[in-house]
Amino acid sequence: MLDIRNLSAGVDGKEILKGLGLTVKRGEVHAIMGPNGSGKSTLAGVLAGRGEYTVTGGSVTFNGVDLLELKPEKRAHAGLFLAFQYPVEIPGVNSTVFLKAAFNECRKSRNEEELDSFEFLALVKQKAKMLELDPSLLNRSVNEGFSGGEKKRNEIFQMAVLEPSLAILDETDSGLDIDALKIVANGVNKLRRPDNATLVITHYQRLLNYIVPDFVHVLARGKIIKSGGKELALELEERGYDWVLDGSANGKP
Amino acid sequence: MSDALQKFLEASSSADTAACLPWLKTIRDSARARLRETGFPNTRQEEWRFTNVAPLLELPLHPAAQNGHRVSAGDLEPFRFDVGGVCLVFVDGWFRPDLSSVPPQGARFEADSLRERLKGGADGLQKHLARHASFDTNFFTALNTAFFQDGAFISVPAGVALEHPVQLLFVASSEQPGAAAQTRNLILADRGAAVKVVETYVSLTAAPYFTNAVTELVVGPEAHVEHCRIQNENLRAFHIAAVQSVLEKDSRWLSHSIASGGRFARNQIQALLNAPGAEAVLNGLYLGRDEQLIDHHTVVDHAKPNCESHEYYHGILADRSHGVFNGKIFVRQDAQKTNAKQTNRNLVLSENAVIDTKPQLEIFADDVKCTHGATVGQLNDEALFYLQSRGIGADHARRMLIRAFASDVVGRITIEPVRERLDSLLAKRFDHG
Repeated sequence: MLDIRNLSAGVDGKEILKGLGLTVKRGEVHAIMGPNGSGKSTLAGVLAGRGEYTVTGGSVTFNGVDLLELKPEKRAHAGLFLAFQYPVEIPGVNSTVFLKAAFNECRKSRNEEELDSFEFLALVKQKAKMLELDPSLLNRSVNEGFSGGEKKRNEIFQMAVLEPSLAILDETDSGLDIDALKIVANGVNKLRRPDNATLVITHYQRLLNYIVPDFVHVLARGKIIKSGGKELALELEERGYDWVLDGSANGKP
Repeated sequence: MSDALQKFLEASSSADTAACLPWLKTIRDSARARLRETGFPNTRQEEWRFTNVAPLLELPLHPAAQNGHRVSAGDLEPFRFDVGGVCLVFVDGWFRPDLSSVPPQGARFEADSLRERLKGGADGLQKHLARHASFDTNFFTALNTAFFQDGAFISVPAGVALEHPVQLLFVASSEQPGAAAQTRNLILADRGAAVKVVETYVSLTAAPYFTNAVTELVVGPEAHVEHCRIQNENLRAFHIAAVQSVLEKDSRWLSHSIASGGRFARNQIQALLNAPGAEAVLNGLYLGRDEQLIDHHTVVDHAKPNCESHEYYHGILADRSHGVFNGKIFVRQDAQKTNAKQTNRNLVLSENAVIDTKPQLEIFADDVKCTHGATVGQLNDEALFYLQSRGIGADHARRMLIRAFASDVVGRITIEPVRERLDSLLAKRFDHG
């Protein structure tokens, strides 16, 4: 589904990703862990098409198409979803109006029929319930005045509505207390299907107790330096990142 | 004074101005005298520093002719609001009873042509007409006071709350460049009365012309007046407007100025808080494109204690347009416990668009709360990316953010059909980013 080869990218002439490779197949959950500044958010940003990053080398193929050629909205249409680390507050744009526009534009791109307001509202109610999201939030402006936990839950709620084939969760656990974390993780788990995949980007192992990955990768100095099963996350939690970094070919960070 | 202007003033003097009662003649004469003393504004004057009105004199100005052009009810359909009630229509500044709907027999309020009303004895007009909008230092208000031809007179007696908004529709139709309409409106709300007025200026002509409109409002004790002014004239028109309200005890004035038309637009919106407990809300939205110049000069004058004013002006400027906002707040020595707030936010969509914004607070009382803030910015890239990342196309996302920027101001209008019209205007205007 997702095939990243030898990807190099940076911002303002500074290279951050240096030849990263990763393959994600349908039905899989991958976790990408790494110390601060290792390039985790850059990876998420490059995949979603954030304008400030420049790709300097390599390729990303997503469901058979060259992802890097697509505008951000086309990536969403192709089935990619980024749950933001810092969801943006957009005063004056109603949450439901926004999500309906997004939903219908995605449907339209797939030549599927758009839902009318009534049908859409029913869908939204059902998904909000699943994420234990207060429905009154949907009458407000996008993320405006939401608590940290509500913002993160709202990201997963949007994901539930849009049903992407690949979801990238960028530090979704940051700023969540344990109860909110459980709700968010529970939502993600409910959305897992044999035909979709999840990329969990996180600094801490904690989230991976609830969203259990099939593969864990360590990202450092712009590339994947170690990969393993879910037990790798526990080992990182126990021993920190230093032992992996020391063991890697490039020496100290 | 230039020859062209001189000629125009002479033509205006001999034009058919509204019936001249002795008291009105005295006012008109003194306005005429002020015209000559004040002289035509120039950019060396502080009030006109950013706003060069000189191109007005390049038009072959002449008083707009009456009934010179055919306008049918169908032509007006796109501009009327479906709000029920009275709609007074003025074509090139002249009242058109055939296109208007007036209050039914036995209605508990008056809404009529000011000109007709002056002919019919003018009861109650003497006290207010041309008594509130000062022409002492304002050339265009003096011009209007000296030569106004017609306009609307609305009077709502004590305790009467109107069910439907009153619409005033001013349509320009002259194909002859330089037609000048001097429009005068007077709106009176007596004690405890409530009225909403929608005052709209539009064009059925593509020719350049000149609207010089003055509206005076007297908001009696405990009265509520909502005044929505919409100016969407053609991109060659010159529009100059003065709105002066006087607020009595515990009254409330909600003012909207929506300015999206004209090559040149200057709106002076002024509130005098003349008794304790009054509240004024000045709400405004200006949308500039092409080479439009859209100027708002607002004055909130806190003359008495315990009054509140809230001012929200938002501007969206595209292409090579130029916005001007000047917001004065006076707090007189007597006006203790004043609470005055002013914000001016500007969204600049093009590198060539310009905004000049200037708050001006003059406070002579010591126990007051006064705040002001002005911002100038572009669309938020992070918000744009967020919308796009969910599948919303870049143009659509940009439009959503522009409408969101305007939504605060639009949302304060309580007349739903007006809000809807503005929403679709915004959608149309920014369709291509």
